[in-house]
Amino acid sequence: MIQLLAFYLFATIILASAAMVIFARNPVHSVLWLIVAFFNAAGLMVLVGAEFIAMLLVIVYVGAVAVLFLFVVMMLDIDFAELRAGFARNLPLGLILAVVLVCELILGIGAYKAGAVQLGTPEAGAATVRDGVPNIQAMGDLLYTKYVFLFEVAGLILLVAMVGAIVLTHRKTFSARAQNIGQQVARRPEDAVRNERPGVGEGVQL
Amino acid sequence: MIGIEHYLVVSSILFVMGVLGIFLNRKNVIIILMAIELILLAVNINLVAFSAFLGDLTGQIFAMFVLTVAAGEAAIGLAILVIYFRGRGTIAVDDVNRMKG
Repeated sequence: MIQLLAFYLFATIILASAAMVIFARNPVHSVLWLIVAFFNAAGLMVLVGAEFIAMLLVIVYVGAVAVLFLFVVMMLDIDFAELRAGFARNLPLGLILAVVLVCELILGIGAYKAGAVQLGTPEAGAATVRDGVPNIQAMGDLLYTKYVFLFEVAGLILLVAMVGAIVLTHRKTFSARAQNIGQQVARRPEDAVRNERPGVGEGVQL
Repeated sequence: MIGIEHYLVVSSILFVMGVLGIFLNRKNVIIILMAIELILLAVNINLVAFSAFLGDLTGQIFAMFVLTVAAGEAAIGLAILVIYFRGRGTIAVDDVNRMKG
């Protein structure tokens, strides 16, 4: 009974906050509603026993991605009212498309419920859930054995994303006092030092 | 009793809301990026639900990889947005034709 209540609570709040994300006038509010949606999605995932993914969702999305969005929205000086100009014009076509998509997806789910399509027998080596093993331990067992290569590729993707973001946004500052290493290394003694033997009282011409 | 179809309905409605968000806010690229995050969240809910109901952990592993790619995509997308704003002074993306492509 409490599962039913929790499911409907989480599902309702996810859908309501998703609607607020796309309909909110102020993008800052959109980001905050996105955070609410992610928290409730984490709740839905805890409900089926996927604790690791749920915690990952809270840490990665709420902790990093949402804060990144908030940072960018607040950093850029944007006229948001001007950006909403085409909203009413796009509404009819968008709603028609949304209704069609919903109908298709519900039809697909109904067909799935009526009887699964037989696509063959499951593989013998499927990673089944074992009793008594916590979700996080089971995930770790799989991740560091069977999927270790994919795991490393995921790390590589994050590295490339980080390098790309830094390269794209980094602005070189041209300051008069900045050190130019190439110039320093290319400097030769014969260009820099000069021996002079001035007569008394004449001084040196620089 | 909660069945898998409950989860599928929630995630499909969430997916459609993401698509609708892209259609309605065609100018504002920040909202478009957020709508893409909603779509990926719907995909993750689907993967986790099937993983739980079939008793196979592979779906959750895959959801983790989707999460990784989503985080990288958000970082790169926002970086492109920042340099676009520096060059143009606006983020209206409905008529981007800088490269005449």
